Amino acid sequence: MSYAYVQVAMSMFGISTNALFGQLLLGLINGAFYAVLSLGLAVIFGLLNIINFAHGALYMTGAFVAWMLLNYLGLGYWYALVIAPVAVGLLGIILERTMIRHLYRLDHLYGLLLTFGLALIIEGLFRNRYGVSGLPYVIPKQLAGGWNVGFMYLPIYRAWVIAASLVVCLVTWFLIDHTKLGSYLRAATENPRLVGAFGINVPRLITLTYGFGVALAAFAGVLAAPIYSVNPIMGANLIIVVFAVVVIGGMGSILGSIVTGFGLGLIEGLTKVFYPEAASTVIFVIMAVVLLIKPHGLFGKAG
Amino acid sequence: MQSSLSDPVPLESLREAGIPAPQRGLFIGLAAVVLLAPFLVYPIFAMKVLCFALFASAFNLLLGYVGLLSFGHAAFFGMASYISAHAARVWGWTPEIAILSGTVVSALIGLVFGALAIRRQGIYFAMITLALAQMVYFFALQIPFTGGEDGIQAVPRGRLFGVIDLANDTILYYVVAVIFMAGFLFIYRVVHSPFGHVLKAIRENETRAISLGYAVNRYKLVVFVLSAALSGLAGATKAIVFQLASLTDVHWTMSGDVILMTLIGGVGTIIGPFVGALILVGMTNDLASFGAWVTVIEGLVFVACVLLFRHGIVGVLSAWLKRPL
Amino acid sequence: MRLKNALIIAALLSLTAGTAAAEDIPIKIGVLNDRSGVYADLAGEGSVIAAKMAVEDFGADAKGFKVDILSADHQNKPDIASNISRQWIDQDGVDVIADVPTSSAALAVNEVVREKNKIFLVSGAASSDLTGAKCSPNTVHWTYDTWALAHGTGKAMVEQGGKKWFFITADYAFGQALERDTTAVIKAAGGEVVGSVKHPFPGQDFSSFLLQAQSSGAQVIGLANAGGDTINSIKQAAEFGITQGGQKLAGLLIFISDVHALGLQTAQGLVLTEAFYWDKDDGTRAFAKRFAERSGGKMPTMVHAGVYASVLHYLKAVDAAKSKDPKLVMAKMKEMPSEDPLFGKGKIRPDGRHVHDMYLFEVKKPEESKGPWDYYKTLATIPADQAFRPLDQGGCPLVK
Repeated sequence: MSYAYVQVAMSMFGISTNALFGQLLLGLINGAFYAVLSLGLAVIFGLLNIINFAHGALYMTGAFVAWMLLNYLGLGYWYALVIAPVAVGLLGIILERTMIRHLYRLDHLYGLLLTFGLALIIEGLFRNRYGVSGLPYVIPKQLAGGWNVGFMYLPIYRAWVIAASLVVCLVTWFLIDHTKLGSYLRAATENPRLVGAFGINVPRLITLTYGFGVALAAFAGVLAAPIYSVNPIMGANLIIVVFAVVVIGGMGSILGSIVTGFGLGLIEGLTKVFYPEAASTVIFVIMAVVLLIKPHGLFGKAG
Repeated sequence: MQSSLSDPVPLESLREAGIPAPQRGLFIGLAAVVLLAPFLVYPIFAMKVLCFALFASAFNLLLGYVGLLSFGHAAFFGMASYISAHAARVWGWTPEIAILSGTVVSALIGLVFGALAIRRQGIYFAMITLALAQMVYFFALQIPFTGGEDGIQAVPRGRLFGVIDLANDTILYYVVAVIFMAGFLFIYRVVHSPFGHVLKAIRENETRAISLGYAVNRYKLVVFVLSAALSGLAGATKAIVFQLASLTDVHWTMSGDVILMTLIGGVGTIIGPFVGALILVGMTNDLASFGAWVTVIEGLVFVACVLLFRHGIVGVLSAWLKRPL
Repeated sequence: MRLKNALIIAALLSLTAGTAAAEDIPIKIGVLNDRSGVYADLAGEGSVIAAKMAVEDFGADAKGFKVDILSADHQNKPDIASNISRQWIDQDGVDVIADVPTSSAALAVNEVVREKNKIFLVSGAASSDLTGAKCSPNTVHWTYDTWALAHGTGKAMVEQGGKKWFFITADYAFGQALERDTTAVIKAAGGEVVGSVKHPFPGQDFSSFLLQAQSSGAQVIGLANAGGDTINSIKQAAEFGITQGGQKLAGLLIFISDVHALGLQTAQGLVLTEAFYWDKDDGTRAFAKRFAERSGGKMPTMVHAGVYASVLHYLKAVDAAKSKDPKLVMAKMKEMPSEDPLFGKGKIRPDGRHVHDMYLFEVKKPEESKGPWDYYKTLATIPADQAFRPLDQGGCPLVK
């Protein structure tokens, strides 16, 4: 009965249920990128109280490291999936120790401005070296091709993106919410002085957290490389959408940022079917509505 | 106590002492520079500096005196330039009415943005303004009247009040100079009025301001709208000067540029934004042929400002001279 | 090499024989284009090289011309383009601005040049408004325009049996205009448009739109977008197996430099319209060889060819007018037929449109290509009188 009703509604819009499932699946793929990126931002924000504006630039750097590994060293996708996050994580650690560290006692806005400057530098350097036309990165052989899943032709690589990012998100959530290391982290977020008094090296914990957060961004970058062209400006526009995702979800919980990321990907996917003109603005509209009803976001804590 | 971004120079005692004599000298000096500029440099360059100086001053009103970092000021600057260009070109309005209409529209957008954004502080405020401005950008890209990628071109400079022909660069320059000085003095008056003192109280300690009975959010909203309107004034004027309104003015990089100008010059200083605009406009002009290096240099300046001299050029100078500048 | 240069110079000299050598006319040509962005390969430094070759081939030194070439990067932004051209004209005494890809930037320069009464030789920009509603007595639009691309590709595809179309359109003025123009052509030729979708601009992920196109039953998917959007659409179309499924992709604004960046594996089968292909005949191959020697092996695009031909024609007109007064030179440029090894014989119409043949190409399969830059097979030649919008349909006020 309800299924028939849905079908009637669909046909009113001239869209078959099959096409709808296809579009939802694609939305989920975009949501996977939002989730991994907003998760990284949330992890960093939790401990450093900094909104990492360089996140988009480091996501792009991850994709470029994958490209460079392939073209300069002949190391393929699977190596890149491990090496790129580690390399970018190290870069993050260097940035944290040399620059970001000096801002902890200042207004958090300085952190935003510093990372914004870093984003400009990183993007500018890649633009100088590689231009903005984008570089090709081929889908790895094992993941090439696609399945006919009935309602659509699903490229295997896209399915892999959903699976890989879900696993990474859930492992991160597990690490932070259910392990001893995670409990230190959470405690340090609440009261760094007290945790320090227990003999835990809080500054090192902060450094490693930043490194881990940006490694997540780089991981997303490697996942994106074969789908989108590897391009110095690929992170710049994405990061603003991810900011909106973060505002909608609120910086309350790790799980919250994952759910918001995937959820907004789905909503965006639906918009592309029913009203594609609004696809780029729908997330911002949702953000405005959420701010009116729940100023601290869906999962955010007041205060 | 964390030091605030808008915390200017440790000169509180001097700053509160009304309108001191040294600043009169400052205004006369600035007026002299503005008056003589078209004889020293390419007038169009000078006009560009003045438009951006007004934009940065308007931004500084919000950041420097209330402590709110907006990452979406391009929306006001850009939309005003579209409205003023459209009014002058399509409706054939005289330039002063066209500029005024752009300013009013920006004030209205500012009201909507402000009402949404002042619900949160700090970095959330920054992210929300950024996201709202991005929405305005997509709106400008899709709506037909802005001409999308092409922008609005061949905007007539027209005749001021229907009488004075603005086609001459020098005449136009002095019109822009008057607009700039008016906006600049208005901001100065606001900051040094009783209203401005409440703003500073909010910046220093919001909770205390609330407990003193001030409707803090209303103050914030008013100043947000003022800042938006003045940014709009700058954008609307720029459209008449360059006879063009384009997506560049409404893109988020423009919001980044205005932050940089204010930061280089000195947040919370009077002439800092002017100095910052002069430096950044001059720099992008001279480096235009270096392509993406401009972005790298801008980024380096950002990092250097945040790490090394947070008070900006004028802030450092002001501390050195022990005078508010 | 020297000899060939000398021969060309001699040939050109003989063309202008009979006119006295102009006395030391100093000319400044500003090549304004994208040197760091998406169109840097299409135009960029290559256009400067092409302009320099035109000056040499014209034999400027021997004729007593002193030609300076300036170049700058407009970053595809109309405000920067307008600033630079204003400053060039006001402060540096530039007489001619050449190339200017990106329609928005070209339209901005068009206004500045009109106001300051100089000359504008457009090669890189696409907008047909430059010779339509916004035409200017100071502008020549040489190489191609949106009308020519839409008609070339649209008409020819329908004639070859691609009757049902689906559009993936960038959601802004340019994309919509391209879709509108092509739709008109398709319908006139007896085809139909079964659907279209507007994607946000700039877009990253086109999968959703490609999926809609795939299930629409269309034979041809028209890409009414440009630059990175087109490249990403084509890449993702390959990922979703669209061309393997029998649907054809038609790029409405795509160039050989894009095909080079995509690689034949991804771009194969793509159908497009261009004004010039380096491997067309001996004249174009000779030019391409000289060009490649200076550009690090890159072959010239049609935009480079257009810069070369338009600058050459301009210099001939100055020589013939014995003056660089813009009004006289423009009159001469429109009066004299143009001739060069790249576009053959052509002429400039009163609206500023240069007309010449256009070509419909299909991108080769990897196994058909004999080496680098061997990318196109010619499907059809569109004769000059049909390649461009008829003079009376553009709405240009200069046409009476």
